[in-house]
Amino acid sequence: MAEVVFCARGVSKVYRVGEIEVHALRDVDLDLYRSEFVVLLGPSGSGKSTLLNILGGLDVPTSGRVSFLGHDLGVDDERALTAFRREHVGFVFQFYNLIPSLTARENVALVTEIAPHPLDPAEALARVGLSDRVDHFPAQLSGGEQQRVAIARAIAKRPDVLLCDEPTGALDFETGVRVLEVLERTNRELGTTTAVITHNAAIAGMADRVIRMRSGRVAEVQRNERRRPPAELIW
Amino acid sequence: MRALDLKLIRDIWHLRGQAVAIALVVACGVATVVTSRVGYESLRESQAGYYAAYRFADVFVALERAPESLRTALAALPGVAAVETRIVAQVTLDVPGLAEPATGRLVSIPAIRAPILNDIHLRRGRWIEPGRPDEVIASEAFADANRLEVGDRLGAVLRGRWQSLRIVGIGISPEYVYEIQGTNLFPDNKRFGVLWMNRDALGPAFDLDGAFNDVSLQLAPGARELDVIDRADRLLDRYGGLGAYGRKDQISHSFLSDEIRQNRVFGTIMPAIFLGVAAFLLHIVLARLVATQREQIAVLKAFGYSSFDVGMHYLELALVCVLAGSVLGALLGLWWASEINRMYGEFYRFPLLRYAPGATVVAIGVGVSGAAAFAGALSAVRRVIALPPAEAMRPESPANFRAGGLERTGLARVLPASLRMIWRNLTRRPARAALSVFGMALAVAILIVGYYFVDAIDYLGTFQFRGVQREDVTVLFHDPRPARTRYELWALPGVSRAEPFRVVPARLRYEHSQRRVVLFGLEAGSELRRILDADGGVVPVPREGAVLTAKLAEILGVKAGDELQIEVLEQGRPVRKVRVAGVANELIGLNAYMDAGALHRLMREGDSISGAFLRVDAAANATLNAELKRMPAVAGATTRLAALRGFEDTLARSLDVFTTVLVTFAAVIAAAMVYNAARIALSERGRELASLRVLGFTRGEVSVLLLGEQAILTALAIPLGFAIGYRLCAVLANAYQWEFFRMPLVVSTRTYGFAVAVVLASALGSALAVRRRIDRLDLVAVLKTRE
Repeated sequence: MAEVVFCARGVSKVYRVGEIEVHALRDVDLDLYRSEFVVLLGPSGSGKSTLLNILGGLDVPTSGRVSFLGHDLGVDDERALTAFRREHVGFVFQFYNLIPSLTARENVALVTEIAPHPLDPAEALARVGLSDRVDHFPAQLSGGEQQRVAIARAIAKRPDVLLCDEPTGALDFETGVRVLEVLERTNRELGTTTAVITHNAAIAGMADRVIRMRSGRVAEVQRNERRRPPAELIW
Repeated sequence: MRALDLKLIRDIWHLRGQAVAIALVVACGVATVVTSRVGYESLRESQAGYYAAYRFADVFVALERAPESLRTALAALPGVAAVETRIVAQVTLDVPGLAEPATGRLVSIPAIRAPILNDIHLRRGRWIEPGRPDEVIASEAFADANRLEVGDRLGAVLRGRWQSLRIVGIGISPEYVYEIQGTNLFPDNKRFGVLWMNRDALGPAFDLDGAFNDVSLQLAPGARELDVIDRADRLLDRYGGLGAYGRKDQISHSFLSDEIRQNRVFGTIMPAIFLGVAAFLLHIVLARLVATQREQIAVLKAFGYSSFDVGMHYLELALVCVLAGSVLGALLGLWWASEINRMYGEFYRFPLLRYAPGATVVAIGVGVSGAAAFAGALSAVRRVIALPPAEAMRPESPANFRAGGLERTGLARVLPASLRMIWRNLTRRPARAALSVFGMALAVAILIVGYYFVDAIDYLGTFQFRGVQREDVTVLFHDPRPARTRYELWALPGVSRAEPFRVVPARLRYEHSQRRVVLFGLEAGSELRRILDADGGVVPVPREGAVLTAKLAEILGVKAGDELQIEVLEQGRPVRKVRVAGVANELIGLNAYMDAGALHRLMREGDSISGAFLRVDAAANATLNAELKRMPAVAGATTRLAALRGFEDTLARSLDVFTTVLVTFAAVIAAAMVYNAARIALSERGRELASLRVLGFTRGEVSVLLLGEQAILTALAIPLGFAIGYRLCAVLANAYQWEFFRMPLVVSTRTYGFAVAVVLASALGSALAVRRRIDRLDLVAVLKTRE
């Protein structure tokens, strides 16, 4: 068995929205292993994003423990969490979240400048097949291209884990497949532990493991015999 | 360059309109700080330098007659470093080209030039020569006003004898930076001037050969002025001493010092207002920028930028605007200061005007504005720092619309959809709407403040020269004349009314405070000269007791009912007690008034008069002036119009320069404020408006939604701005309470109208700019990205 990268035990998260308490996560136990490709599957509101945010150090659980490579994230303060994100985590968001005022290369450089052992921004962009678009601004790129810039930005720091929140959610089928191919290749070639959140069940086929969530709980964990290449996926 | 810096630069470029607006506002603030500080420092240093180089005296005394031998005794007084004995005499002048008689103050100087106290700086010509008794040096202000040049002659009546004087030099002296005649409030350089004349010629003419009637003293280091005054008074008592006084009672000095202090107050209050506005503007822009860049902030944090890094990033954005504004403001300020300095040069008649723009002044300006910017940016930056990244990733929860007053009253059904949307938008975020309103109200307010000076000066002029002084001509005699003289005046050509008055110079004392003033004895029911309260109400002269200008009462620390000690500074120097009958809120001067009869009783004299206010038929002016010139008793005649001109040339002119620039600055700030409000509204609502366009709304309809909202906010801002502006004017009026004048709190309709006009013009211009952008909204982009 590979090394455990993330270990979550009894993690719960409660939000207060106005006068209502929302239980986003209820007593979740979960392990993520080195270099594996995990798909977190579930309908909206099932707690996937909350879980991802907690793993990525963007948010802290209301109760329970999360550790990264044996280090308890719960004891970290804001400064330590920032350092953790800076050194270990790459994020990809559904709406790309590129800085509109920066070119593709500069969006990547934004991250490589503060990471300890980064890739060259041009190389990161080459990896996602955007060598000819490095000096374009987000507004000059298609949605798929923007998402690939976002992936280049996430992998450029050589993260230990890549956390992707609905990376194909805003893309059409063909573009979505291309983005998934980039993620798959990154995982394969760089060995980056990758967790992809989606409500699109078809994507589950490309994972090592599929974790299904419902109402803030882990409903089922399924191991795939074979990772299907994204090109074979259909939705 | 770091990617974050690139983002900074491009963000600033994207926000260039707003960035320029902030920079301009900051520039105005810094420029006012720099200008007024440099102006203040220059004037103060020039004054100090002038006083030192030309040995301006510290203590002054007029007396009747003392032998020159007394000089030794004066020099021996403890605390006295130098003594200057002089002969000073007031004479009637016949100036070529001037219809009415002028008054000359003849001041003796040694025939051979030697360093003296209150020394003369020769602008043109030469010093007088021994053995030529007709030679004089004329004061520059007087010479310029009457277009007199070296070599010109003018007539003077010395003790009843007509004599022709020849101007050989034109000069200035620290004693007469301002030349103001006894009862006048402002310089009238045409009709009053100083002539320096050979003492050997003046002595015999005034029967003061080997004697003197005026002394100036310089204090030894560490000497106490009051002690020296006391000693001098005791020594000179038997020589008819009229009471020694220090610089603060010296009219030119105190007038000048008031002016210099005005600069300092101006340089404190105005920048404070401007920079306050700049900070507020920065606050709005940054707060809204942060709101629109929520997700970008979250991404930066998600990728490991610390809260501090991200906070600094936004702070830098503020600082760039401020820095650019500071540099512009410092340059503008220095340029303006040099211009003002040039004006001071014409105005103050210093031998050398120092233009002293120190690095410290610029540093203060930049530092103060930097601090203001920091204060303005702080809350927005704090919000950036506090923003939890996970929360920022989520879109802001949809705006909370609820049924409100509009629905309950049923108005909703009546109003068109566009108005309903505008209404709900405003009421949905009342705090934000309030902020916009407040911002534009500030714009209105500073415009009012800028124009306020014009109003105040106008009011002062009208108040003084229509309300208080209503005579056409004031005649002043050399010595008190018997009461029947009024009939002689009445008989003069064109005179339809003559109101005699009595004036005596006096020293008022109350407890430890004292002040030299002119004590006016007015006739009961006087029409040509009235005492007016600041609000225009007539204050009657009581039959007994004295009425004091409120400022004078404040200086002395007295109130109605208190008993003052009055030391009359005329022959005999009688000391009496007088009850303060009332306090009048006069706007100009430090005056004390009594009923003429009461003053006569106080002086234990008959009904003598010092002069009279005349109402004159304008057609008879020329004959009247000729007659007055021929009357030996007449020391001089001043016209109200000339006094008004003197007022306009001094007070009004110096404030006018400031006002012009101030109004320009205020207009810039107002336009910046209004433009900002519109641009921010567009950036916040752009997506919503584009969505409406997609749904089939026309450009016009969409514009109405946004601009209608702006129009309502502007309409709300105007009355609020009036109120704030009025309050700020009150602050200014409160600070401008000088000895020579008090700023009245009056704001004219014209000023309110001007403020509204500028704000409306800015609003219209901004609306056009915004409308252009609405026309160019990218409809497709809206459909692609998320709300």
